[in-house]
Amino acid sequence: MASMQAVHNANPLIQIEDLCKSYNLQGANGETITNQVLFSINLTINPGEFVAIMGHSGSGKSTLMNILGCLDTPTSGSYWLAGKNVAAMSGDELAHIRNQSIGFVFQGFNLLKRMTALDNVATPLLYAGIGRSQSRKRALELLRRTGLESFAMHQPNQLSGGQQQRVAISRALINEPPLILADEPTGNLDTQTSREIMLLFEQLNRDQGITIVLVTHEDDIATYAKRLIRLKDGHIIVDKRNEASETALNQAADGNSLITQ
Amino acid sequence: MNLFTIIGEALRALRQNRLRTGLTMLGMIIGVAAVVLMLSIGQGARTKINETIAAMGSNLFLVVPGATSSGGFSFGSGSVRTLTINDAYAVAELPSISATAPVTTGTVQLNYAAKNWSTIITGTTPNYFSVGNWKIESGAIFTESDLRSAARVVVLGSVTAKNLFGDEDPVGKTIRITNRPFLVVGVLMAKGQSLTGRDQDDNVLIPITTSERQITGNQFPGSIRYMMVQGKSAGDMDIAEIEITQLLRQRHRIAKGKENDFTVRNLTAIADVATDAAKVMSIVLGAIASVSLLVGGIGIMNIMLVSVTERTREIGIRMAIGANQRAILTQFLLEAMMICIMGGVIGLVVGIGGAWVVSRVADMLIVITIGMVGLAFLFSSAVGIFFGFYPAKKAASLKPVDALRYE
Ligand SMILES: Nc1ncnc2c1ncn2[C@@H]1O[C@H](COP(=O)(O)OP(=O)(O)O)[C@@H](O)[C@H]1O
Ligand SMILES: [Mg+2]
Repeated sequence: MASMQAVHNANPLIQIEDLCKSYNLQGANGETITNQVLFSINLTINPGEFVAIMGHSGSGKSTLMNILGCLDTPTSGSYWLAGKNVAAMSGDELAHIRNQSIGFVFQGFNLLKRMTALDNVATPLLYAGIGRSQSRKRALELLRRTGLESFAMHQPNQLSGGQQQRVAISRALINEPPLILADEPTGNLDTQTSREIMLLFEQLNRDQGITIVLVTHEDDIATYAKRLIRLKDGHIIVDKRNEASETALNQAADGNSLITQ
Repeated sequence: MNLFTIIGEALRALRQNRLRTGLTMLGMIIGVAAVVLMLSIGQGARTKINETIAAMGSNLFLVVPGATSSGGFSFGSGSVRTLTINDAYAVAELPSISATAPVTTGTVQLNYAAKNWSTIITGTTPNYFSVGNWKIESGAIFTESDLRSAARVVVLGSVTAKNLFGDEDPVGKTIRITNRPFLVVGVLMAKGQSLTGRDQDDNVLIPITTSERQITGNQFPGSIRYMMVQGKSAGDMDIAEIEITQLLRQRHRIAKGKENDFTVRNLTAIADVATDAAKVMSIVLGAIASVSLLVGGIGIMNIMLVSVTERTREIGIRMAIGANQRAILTQFLLEAMMICIMGGVIGLVVGIGGAWVVSRVADMLIVITIGMVGLAFLFSSAVGIFFGFYPAKKAASLKPVDALRYE
């Protein structure tokens, strides 16, 4: 961990300090029960990283991801995204960040129903203020590059899980965000499809330098990442370079290892 | 997201849920159609009454013989014969009165060629036509000299003329009234029904002198059935009534403290009551219709709330990909407004169609004004904004993570 920060200390994309998250629940007798989910998280992620977050179910992975994705707010602590304090942002600014800077990929795909793949991919552009026809043109272009052109006019329920997730990834990419957050993107997919999706992420990270933070509880999915963070009961217990990373190994072989850089 | 795109998104959402959209719209359609129909019926009734009142003549009193019966309004009961032609001439001289017309009435048999017809005969003076706001369709009214000479001339009501002559022009023809020949000098324009629903156009009018001497006969010479009195100005009707009463009491030598032997009725006041009644009726009809519009509006809010709940996930997804609160609010508000406006337009068409059917079937006057159309349109968009705003606001103020987690 120390060595990584030594390498990328310039301008972190994500910087989290002392971040806590707790939920207030109503107890059986009407009393308020505070359930703390994240404990004093400190985390720095630099541009271009490919991070896997692992941990048991209920360890707080999704909670952390939602905060990173500006979908949720922390109870305390600070979150700096590309040097900007997220806590100080207005609702409109957060919407703008979600639109422009973050592509979120969900386990359940979360495509808009009864809407074609093309329109699903085009919608973030509409929210960016781009006209419908221009948005569709760009969405089609992207679908062509991701090999989904022939499914452009299909609605989500006419697509396989893998195809839906690739549409969802296209949607996350349409505004060319510097950061992709994926919460168990392969959780609903079979092994072969999972592998294809992971190769897509890997390629995006390698070829376009997109920072990827990915949650998984499967070890073989985590192997695609270059850095591995392990959460346990709301604490970060491991944060290390991913020894098992095929990429890291390949790059090491090429003399391009992160550490030797 | 610009407004144009948001409208597109809202339209798409409405199309995706045709059944729900249709059912919600139905509430709006019924509401607006009811409002338009009710308002047009109410407006029609008011217009009809106003026309009748205008046709009746302005600033009118009706003076009938006999004391004011308790609440009864019985003109020409015939039992009392206290009013005379000379009373009418004397009243006409009062400063606040512009004209009077004494009237005797009876029922007579008319003959022309092979046709005969039974109707009411009115014996009166030429003033009757101006006081009662009667207009001449063809020919002329009888004259003062006809009155003096008790000439056998007659003016026909439009219905009577039609019944005796059909399409023939009656003016210049001779008809027989109780077997005496009378020259037709004029035909009146139709007035339609009176406020009390009597057909005013089935009658014949002759000089009162002729009537008294040759037709109805009179066991009390000079007595009349009633007199029409026209005041000079609408503002002085109260003064006019006092003047008429004082003059007649004086002429009839009624001692102080004794009851009048005549009754003065202010017809304009009666007309005002009728106008007010029609106004109240149209307001009540409008209120009933508004309730159905309100119910339609609540239906819309209900559906919008269900829709927002049902689409919470969709809202979460939209927020996650960059929709701000305003975009969500506008989309849902526009959806509600579009339902209302489309429903309003369809309701308007249905309402106008319904009004047309009612006017045909029930033979009622139906009036549709631009104001009504505007009102229905304005009201339906207002309902849309009002009832669409709450669910839209609810949707827009959701936290993205909560919306996404919603099952
Ligand atoms: N909205 C919420 N209200 C209360 N508790 C919550 C809420 N969301 C998550 N939690 C709790 O937070 C803990 C972590 O959840 P989560 O981050 O989804 O775990 P993971 O994604 O690692 O499986 C769980 O114990 C869960 O019950
Ligand atoms: Mg999770």
